[in-house]
Amino acid sequence: MPQIKLSTPLADENVENLRIGQKVLLNGILYTARDAAHKKMMELLDRGEPLPFDLRGNVIYYVGPSPTKPGMVIGSAGPTTAGRMDAYTPRLLSLGLKGMIGKGKRTPEVIKAIKQNKSVYFTAVGGAAALISQSIKKCRVLAYPELGPEAIHELYVEDFPVIVVNDSLGGDLYDEGIKIYSTI
Amino acid sequence: MQHFFYNCMGEVLSIKTIAAGAITETVARLCMEANFFLGQDITDAFNKTLGEETSLTGKEILKQLIQNAQIAAENKVPMCQDTGVAVIFLELGQDLQIAGGGLYDAVNEGVRKGYAEGYLRKSVVDHPLLRKNTGDNTPAVIHTKIVPGENLKITVAPKGGGSENMSAIKMLKPSEGIEGVKKFVLETVKAAGPNPCPPIVVGVGIGGTFEKCALLAKEALLRKLGGPSPIPDIAELEKELMNAVNKLGIGPQGLGGRTTALAVHVEIYPCHIASLPVAVNINCHSTRHKEAVL
Ligand code: SF4
Repeated sequence: MPQIKLSTPLADENVENLRIGQKVLLNGILYTARDAAHKKMMELLDRGEPLPFDLRGNVIYYVGPSPTKPGMVIGSAGPTTAGRMDAYTPRLLSLGLKGMIGKGKRTPEVIKAIKQNKSVYFTAVGGAAALISQSIKKCRVLAYPELGPEAIHELYVEDFPVIVVNDSLGGDLYDEGIKIYSTI
Repeated sequence: MQHFFYNCMGEVLSIKTIAAGAITETVARLCMEANFFLGQDITDAFNKTLGEETSLTGKEILKQLIQNAQIAAENKVPMCQDTGVAVIFLELGQDLQIAGGGLYDAVNEGVRKGYAEGYLRKSVVDHPLLRKNTGDNTPAVIHTKIVPGENLKITVAPKGGGSENMSAIKMLKPSEGIEGVKKFVLETVKAAGPNPCPPIVVGVGIGGTFEKCALLAKEALLRKLGGPSPIPDIAELEKELMNAVNKLGIGPQGLGGRTTALAVHVEIYPCHIASLPVAVNINCHSTRHKEAVL
């Protein structure tokens, strides 16, 4: 299958050209955040304070890695279920967040916000965590070290493999894929 | 170790003794092995379904999963970052004695050790509502059976949250029968969609009481993949369910395809005249379990 290479921060036009089902290799910086970090970011926004990183053009990876073995960059680091972040996502998208990587379906509200803000939701292969880790070349804790694996990490990735699930036209690969293959 | 005692008739009795420390060491080793080394039965199933899958994306995902298992085994790192709650099954021989500590303490110490030494993620919170991480992945969830003999069989089955969360139980009316069972299994798998990281393994419990049924479903996940039930009508039901599940089109990672499940295993137990409990415990492709006998 043809693969598209993209670098972060993502350019608007690149994101707008993405279509569901496309395979993309991401390069550059990704920011990790799960439920706890999202909650903390919401508190910062409520207080009118800046976030630990600039959302504009950037990509959040929903992941809580396993601990790093000595001599390695990061532990196993596959995607976690995106649905737990749905409540927070539209607000981040409206502030310039361009992409998210996770696994599992998003709510209609999130899909609508992805379309409105011309952004994208990718999936990485859930459970392929040891493989995915190999494309993570650098990792450092950026904020909330007290959250352990749930802290916000800054990852530098090379050819990080993802698939477009929700594109800026409002498409949803989960729905479309099943429609094609369901024989019931 | 074997200890000798005399009974009131003056006969010599021998009692096998296992040190709590040996249990701890074994549990620690199994926690690591279960997370590093995917079972050959699962890899075989990946390879088999790779030939049958028609979705290109689906094929690509299955290839990634095969590669992932190789990398995890070579580097001794967990195949998935969610190294789960440590679910542990003990089959304790009734003639056995454990020395030097409590059985469950020894097991939990093993989990603590295995998750620390194996760089496995600690994913357990102490209170379901207050939710503070216990920091060492304890306590384990332990199921114990007392069996004849003098051995201790330990099975460690780490269970990830993504797939556990998509599991379900329902008390059907007996009149709903086999059709009701099939409908509930399909509904549950369909509702789970991409969340439990398909291709999945589906453990189904039918019968017993509410809690027994859930345990049957969990035990069904321990069976060697695709090995049919020894009960002919249940083996038939497994086949039918497997076909039906794979017609849903969910496919690898829920992105569409033929391979939704690698296997459907069903366990049954007698039940009340008024009941027909059905439990569906979904496991991801990281279906992990390793066992040892002491
Ligand atoms: S559902 Fe299984 S494979 Fe997927 S992230 Fe959880 S533990 Fe890993």
